Amino acid sequence: MKRPGKAVPAPAAAQLHFHVLRAGTPFQPRIDALAKTQDWYDWAGYRAPRSLWDEELEYFAIRSQAALFDISPMTKYRIEGPDAEAFCNKLTLRNVAKLKPGRVHYTAWCDDAGHVLDDGTLFRLSPTRFRLCSQERHLPWLLDSALGFDVAVEEETEAVAGLALQGPTSFAVLREAGFAGVERLNVFDLAEFEHDGGTAVVSRTGFTGDLGYELFVPAELALSLWDRLMHAGEPRGIRAIGYTALDRARLEAGLIVANADFVTAEQAIRADRLRLPDEIGLGFMVDPAKGHFNGRRAILEARRKKRLRHVLVGLEIDGNIPAEHAIVYHRKSQEVGLVSAAMWSPMAKRNIAVASLELPYGDTVLDDLWVEIYAMRELKYEKLMKKAKVVPRPFVRLGRRTATPPADF
Amino acid sequence: MTSSDCIVVGGGHNGLVCAAMLAKSGRTVLVLEASPEVGGCARTEEFFPGFRASTAHVLNRLSIDVVRALELEKHGLQIALQTPTPSPLRGGVRGGGATSPSFTPSVALSPDGNHLVLHGAYGEALSGASAAEQAAWKGLRAQLLRYAGVLKPLLSRRPPDIAGLSFADTLSLGTTALALKKLGREDMRDFLRILLMNVYDLADEQLSDDRLKGFLAFDAVLGAHLGPRSPTSLLGLYYRLAGDVSGVAGAQVVPKGGMGVVIAALRASAEKAGVGIRAAAPVARIVVENGRATGVVLADGEEIRAQTVVSAIDPAATFIELVGAPHLDTGFVRKVKNIRRKGDAAKLHLALDGVPEFPGVDANGLRGRLVIAPSADHVERAFNPSKYGQFSPEPVMEITLPSLADPSLAPGGACVLSAVVQYAPYALKEGWEAGRPKLLAAIMAQLEAYAPAIGRLVRHAELLTPADIEARYHMPGGHWHHGELQADQMLVSRPVAGWSGYDTPIDGLYLAGAGSHPGGGISGLPGLNAARRVTEAKR
Repeated sequence: MKRPGKAVPAPAAAQLHFHVLRAGTPFQPRIDALAKTQDWYDWAGYRAPRSLWDEELEYFAIRSQAALFDISPMTKYRIEGPDAEAFCNKLTLRNVAKLKPGRVHYTAWCDDAGHVLDDGTLFRLSPTRFRLCSQERHLPWLLDSALGFDVAVEEETEAVAGLALQGPTSFAVLREAGFAGVERLNVFDLAEFEHDGGTAVVSRTGFTGDLGYELFVPAELALSLWDRLMHAGEPRGIRAIGYTALDRARLEAGLIVANADFVTAEQAIRADRLRLPDEIGLGFMVDPAKGHFNGRRAILEARRKKRLRHVLVGLEIDGNIPAEHAIVYHRKSQEVGLVSAAMWSPMAKRNIAVASLELPYGDTVLDDLWVEIYAMRELKYEKLMKKAKVVPRPFVRLGRRTATPPADF
Repeated sequence: MTSSDCIVVGGGHNGLVCAAMLAKSGRTVLVLEASPEVGGCARTEEFFPGFRASTAHVLNRLSIDVVRALELEKHGLQIALQTPTPSPLRGGVRGGGATSPSFTPSVALSPDGNHLVLHGAYGEALSGASAAEQAAWKGLRAQLLRYAGVLKPLLSRRPPDIAGLSFADTLSLGTTALALKKLGREDMRDFLRILLMNVYDLADEQLSDDRLKGFLAFDAVLGAHLGPRSPTSLLGLYYRLAGDVSGVAGAQVVPKGGMGVVIAALRASAEKAGVGIRAAAPVARIVVENGRATGVVLADGEEIRAQTVVSAIDPAATFIELVGAPHLDTGFVRKVKNIRRKGDAAKLHLALDGVPEFPGVDANGLRGRLVIAPSADHVERAFNPSKYGQFSPEPVMEITLPSLADPSLAPGGACVLSAVVQYAPYALKEGWEAGRPKLLAAIMAQLEAYAPAIGRLVRHAELLTPADIEARYHMPGGHWHHGELQADQMLVSRPVAGWSGYDTPIDGLYLAGAGSHPGGGISGLPGLNAARRVTEAKR
């Protein structure tokens, strides 16, 4: 068994997640120092904090200050070559020809049957270089998809460290930290900045629906980046946070999480858990006119033959008890779906949820939907049958997310 | 830029069959062949001044449906249609006289000159064996033919579409189930018992004559990367016996005038139906627009448009080289790349000064198929080195003297010897440049044992390794089935699971070659079935 920090041969180093249970990220020394709750979980083989000091206050750091979240465990692929655009177009659903250098888009990719393998973000770093970020690992699929393209694909999950800086003061923090020109970034723009003798890629992206940025640096520059942001952010209330807080913010933003709100095709064991893009609200990504992409034939055929079975919707539920993993009923009796994420939203002041429903419920049949909430109260379940209403996502829309230049909070 | 209703890529026999059928349905059809001549492995070529041969040298499965639909007999193919039905009482030792003179006998050669001759359709009568062995063979032969008969519909029609069973598919499966039931309970159980057995164990169970066991072992594994003891090796024998000549299962002929006549008849029939044939016109690319094949681009840049493109070449070459992986789903490409298609058979052509003498083989036998596979163990031992990238030092082979049926193949008095030789792995470890002369020497040593002094007759020897076959016939892997014909690559899994019905993930693109169901050999069935699929397509 190899220990982290020990010299390992190059091929083994590339698979550290396999050799080491819960490896540390490049930011681990800083995070460990702040981890008052010692509340960890496993994110793609990395030791990641669920919370660091107080999950309620961490959430409010996102919404009223600036929150720093380590996204290094996110799987990252470097895609480079003359055919990089064509390759990404075959791999993913959206039209990559429309993604200009210096831009980022949210996309997804499917297997032959059109079932979603994962969703993620595609960064176009130059005309011929991309970074694909995702939840699951896909290297064999990417390499096999590269046949016939002049493109090199390699995993850079360990080589690249990432931080999400999210919240109303995030712009001011970056400006104070000396990222000159960052005010020019529109939502989904990216730019390179000098950092500690190297380069930091900063994009105006995030998973919170708030004003925010993501920063990527070579792993060896990770700690200096952390220190630079924490130092500049101190007067602006910067706080390190764990996943629970982020998960709440993302739900308010109406964003979905692979293997939480849908089961990815390679993880699913049961055949009826597989999902076409349209069945999880990603149908908008599909561009049939752009040329061939994985799953194109199956997706278009499913649409043509009306074989779509599910729909992913936002729900607003009566009361204030979160309906986490509650069953959704039609007329209080017929099971029609399941809530995958739910919370009382402090921002929306509504009881919100994301749910997967079996068609036609959630599409043409919207009336008389209910959720059954089991609320544990002193060793007894209080069963609540609450009215649910299908509502558009995002549940929370913040003007500051998109305002350019961003406001100085 | 010209256009046509249908383009058929590859003018091998399946391409010609498919083209002719499509033309008969009223479509304009253009066949594009890379080589200067059509016919693929069945075309006849000069390998030495005055000497010609074709790589496929025996006809044992040309579908009677193809013969009839294309009226091949009208176009010069002569196969006697009389059905030779020997009386069941007539089995037994027969002298030189064959049961049905129209079919070519097989001779299981023995080094001591006591050969075994299988007369008629796959040994209707057996000479040179003991009475007990004859009786055992009669029982086994009947059983194998009975079971092959059950499998035959499955091994000739379009495979059932398991994803969405149509009425026709259900009916077809039902018919097979019924045929199975009609065997009776014990026979059905035995059918299921031996279906996936290896030929070695079955032969051992039923027979005692090493020559006969070796012969069956050889026939079962011919053209496959399998030894007789490899699991499922019996399927190869079923595949052979599911073939027929003029409706007679297991029969074989060297048609009058030789194999060249088959291709000439196919070509004539196709041209009569209006098919345009362009030889020396290699296709560089199949044009795909918006998920649909719209034509081809030739190597010289010429573009030809078509509503339908049919590829009668190898599936992997079709998809990876002509269509290109970027137009295909990754999972599909994985499946295509995983098709096992490394040939393990070489082809020998000898230009001989005269007809060689095989002591113990009579004139009728010389016109037949001579098999060197003295025992099943010998075949198994010959297979062993090929697993590790080496050829057999004592290869097994089947030999014909095609110039006896078609004197035009050799100058007066001279003779052509044609042999399929196993085992000769595509990826020879030492490389075929170094290996070819060594394999040739090994083959000649084997031949000398059965035809002493044959070496002195040799004016020229051409040995085609799988690498040569690949280059000459544009068959990746040099595999005459365009992919191993084994259980995992048959029926609904041929060429790949989910796409066994001649259509492809590219609309308007169909497959019609040996890589599709049922497989290789000069049957015409993939071409025929593909043409039917194209004509019944609703689009």
